[in-house]
Amino acid sequence: MQRNLFSYIWKHSRHEQLVILSLVLFAQLFYFLSLSVPKSIVNNGISGNVFKDGATTPLFAIDFRMPKWMGGHHLHLFDGFTVDQLGYLVTMSFVFLAAVVVNNQFRKSINTQKGRMGERMLRRLRYELYDRILRFPAAHFRKVKQAELATMIKDEVEPLGGFIGDAYVQPMFLGGQALTALIFIMMQNFLLSLVVIALLAVQMIIVPRLRKPVLVLGRERQLSARLLAGRIAETADGVNEIHIHGAANYERADISERLGHIFRIRFDLYNKKFVAKFWNNILSQATPFAIYLLGGYFAITGRMDVGAVVGVLLAYKDLPSPIKELIDWDQQRQDVQIKYEQVIDQFQPEGMMPQELQAIPDGPPPPLGHELVMSGVTITEDGRVKQLDTVSLVLPTDAKTAVIGAGSSGKDMLGLVLARLVLPTSGSIKIDGQDFLHLPEFLLGSRLGYIGQETYLFPQSVRDNLLFGLKHRPTKPATYDENMTTVRQAFWREAERSGNPVLDPNADWIDYELAGATGPADLLPCMVHALKQVELDDDIYSLGLLGAVDAARRPDLAEKILKARHALHGRLQDPKNAGLIETFNVDKYNKNLSVAENLLFGTPVGKKFDGDNLAADPYMQTVLAKTGLDQDLLRMGLSIAETMVELFSGLSPDNPLFEQYSFISADELPNVRLLLQRLGGKGVEAVPPADKARLMTLPLRYIEARHRLGLIDGAMEDRLLAARRAVAENLPPNLRGAVEFYDFAQYNSAATLLDNILFGRVVYGQAQADSRIRALMTDVLAELQLRDSVIEVGLEYNVGVAGRRLPATQRQKLGIARALIKRPQFLIVNEAVAVFDGRTQDRMRDNILAAADGRGVVWIANRPSQAEGFDKIVVMQGGRIVEHGTPAELAASGRVYAELMASA
Amino acid sequence: MNLNEEVELLKGVPIFAKIEPAKLKLLAFTSERMTFNEGQELFHQGDQGDAMYVILGGVADVLIDTPAGQIPVAELKKNGFVGEIAILCDVPRTATIKARESLATLRISKDMFYRLVAEFPQMAIEIMRELAHRLEDTNEKLRNATKAAA
Repeated sequence: MQRNLFSYIWKHSRHEQLVILSLVLFAQLFYFLSLSVPKSIVNNGISGNVFKDGATTPLFAIDFRMPKWMGGHHLHLFDGFTVDQLGYLVTMSFVFLAAVVVNNQFRKSINTQKGRMGERMLRRLRYELYDRILRFPAAHFRKVKQAELATMIKDEVEPLGGFIGDAYVQPMFLGGQALTALIFIMMQNFLLSLVVIALLAVQMIIVPRLRKPVLVLGRERQLSARLLAGRIAETADGVNEIHIHGAANYERADISERLGHIFRIRFDLYNKKFVAKFWNNILSQATPFAIYLLGGYFAITGRMDVGAVVGVLLAYKDLPSPIKELIDWDQQRQDVQIKYEQVIDQFQPEGMMPQELQAIPDGPPPPLGHELVMSGVTITEDGRVKQLDTVSLVLPTDAKTAVIGAGSSGKDMLGLVLARLVLPTSGSIKIDGQDFLHLPEFLLGSRLGYIGQETYLFPQSVRDNLLFGLKHRPTKPATYDENMTTVRQAFWREAERSGNPVLDPNADWIDYELAGATGPADLLPCMVHALKQVELDDDIYSLGLLGAVDAARRPDLAEKILKARHALHGRLQDPKNAGLIETFNVDKYNKNLSVAENLLFGTPVGKKFDGDNLAADPYMQTVLAKTGLDQDLLRMGLSIAETMVELFSGLSPDNPLFEQYSFISADELPNVRLLLQRLGGKGVEAVPPADKARLMTLPLRYIEARHRLGLIDGAMEDRLLAARRAVAENLPPNLRGAVEFYDFAQYNSAATLLDNILFGRVVYGQAQADSRIRALMTDVLAELQLRDSVIEVGLEYNVGVAGRRLPATQRQKLGIARALIKRPQFLIVNEAVAVFDGRTQDRMRDNILAAADGRGVVWIANRPSQAEGFDKIVVMQGGRIVEHGTPAELAASGRVYAELMASA
Repeated sequence: MNLNEEVELLKGVPIFAKIEPAKLKLLAFTSERMTFNEGQELFHQGDQGDAMYVILGGVADVLIDTPAGQIPVAELKKNGFVGEIAILCDVPRTATIKARESLATLRISKDMFYRLVAEFPQMAIEIMRELAHRLEDTNEKLRNATKAAA
């Protein structure tokens, strides 16, 4: 990237700049006209100078005098219109208006064009910076803070966009305007123009000097803001450490110090700006002062006419603003140049990956080669510690090699080098004679697998993360309808103009062949297989059961799930399975549902009927009032409140029992106790209206089978059922979408798959009811061959920021599956199973080796005992390879090997 | 069976007999009512203990694994309780408990148990008393057994 902002701008936008510049030049003509016409109006239209010889004068006569060398003839083209003084005044006034309008049209057009150009350049710049992040050497990320990178691309280059449009145009436009005005003044009176020029020159020298400190402070402000952003991100990243070590106040001190520093910079800036503005105003008022004085004097002494003085004043009126803006522009120029350099400097680390290694491939990836040869590979950190010391090694890409060694033996570094995440300081790596370091990235991405100790997951679905390693190129363009095609094409044309790649994220990027599938249709089995290989299928299956599927989107699946519901309920008829769940029955009160769930008897969609909102809903309230149930609920609420006060009063407020079991929080309990004391057993009628709402919500959460307070008898059940019917029957149209009622014959799009299949609630207090139901359901789903479909739903689960919605072990399993699904020719496992417990580690190793059957694996073992069963073992110590050979050879003669094995 | 009936039952259980009814009610409310069908196990010998059970109704067998197979060593009836050893001293279950007929229990989880003991020391004293009785019982049996052997 060019270090000079102006050459960067010129390189990428010279065509647009030239078009705008020519427009600017052309505009000056009309600007000049808008200045000279008022002079004619005053002198001829009002003072009547040309009408001294007659009542009329020709207007718009076109008359050329040929230059002497062409004969000096008069060329008379057009006689013009003959007008009297009034006609002249009117006509010229309209000419003036027209000139002003045209002048403004030009301005508008110029502004639009440069605005677009500026935005394009900003887009280009941002893209180029981001593109560089993707090519940074991995080590660079240890030096830069991510929040600072984001701030630079997002905020710091933003003012550059505004300036880029103005970079060339503004000085041309403003300079042209100032020059035109000056020429005009010069044509009126040379002396006056000299004075004006002199005064302007003073302004142009003094004002920038006054603004210099402002610029310096502005730069400081930018840097301090960037550091602040980095610091805030650090706080978020290290928040656990801060809490664990009780260092919150130390952090506060640091931030306060920084904010104080920023305050000083900003306030200084404010003051200096104001001083500059003050002098700027004084100086700019000096010129009209001179024009009034001198121009007036010339007019009185008859060396200038009044029209000319007015013209000069008009011209001058337009002068300070271009001059001021020119000064502004110059200041901005220095400012953005510095900003640009500061940003650019952060984006040119040494050892950036050459662009061509990341080029989009034209077709499927070729195979990797048969033999990887490392010779004399050395890695030093800052030239001191040798993490790898002249490592030479031959690795067939179809053999299984284990690398063992102590924690500091450099074995993990070997793994990083093989994944090309760390580049050797010296030495070479070749694969079938080709330089390994110059292989295109997509080739490594598709043929080489790498699993490290930690897995980063993107905050997308499990599926997106699993297939992440298959997306090297768009394999099939997205299909758009006619309208959309036009829109997309315009979108891509614009992308091209800003130097952005024309790549469509909506296209199908998945390389099915890599996963062993032929297309989207048979990808699911491959995904399920990969999940099975890492023992993650059960977890994803469970997530799938808790996922919801819209019947409108997947009618096939909805139908199958309904079948599963029927099958499950068929099995529940078996006396052996009796009483495990209480089925939803619209004519029966369900003791295992809360009162609220019984009333609504459906799944809430959206927030309207969700949780405690149910009691607050006006429609619900009218239904309850109409059926008289509100008094019943109030009575139940009172009873619950009494029980809660009785049960929980003796407990300390921080006892977790409150959170788990009480209907009333520890904070609220004293208030409720007071309320009960005030009531003194008077019953619901005496409850003050303000407390009614609170009491009403209590019974809504009450589940008879679980809480066992004996509040709902047969009569109460009947009344609740009546209310349930009333709720459903009179539901106003605007609430139809807020609930999906339970109906045995209908799939419920709002409910989870689990709830859809169950169509009931597992009863409370039946031993192992949950696990027995689970087992029954698994049986039913397997019988209907629905297990994969459930997994498919589970694959849509969003893993959250950095995958934190999955436990660490599942994250790691997903990371392994992501590498396995692309069936890499050569797989590097860098202590990737360390997070698992011992037995799982061994199982994972066996699974991974089985998955890589016939292909190559380098297994960097976190425990030496894992090395059994490999073709070859490499033993490392102090960054060197100390022994290597087959397990049998090493067992016979390996000294370090024997030590490692003994300690394991 | 609602909460008040459960409290009445708990009053009959020796370790809870001397605890105030209000606290028994809290115990009942925060515990889980759990019913077992004939043949279902409350827990299995060797499992990690996570809860104790108070028998509210029905009969259960206490079975111990021996080289010769499982043998019943005792039976549990209404008001009996079981499983407190594993949650008190973090050892695996020392026996298997199997419902001989339909069995109603109150399941008190380990967490809940400790919380209640911390909140109501009276409960701890009652449980100590009961355990001491049992120890004395066992000692007695041991004495008799050694006498018989001698």
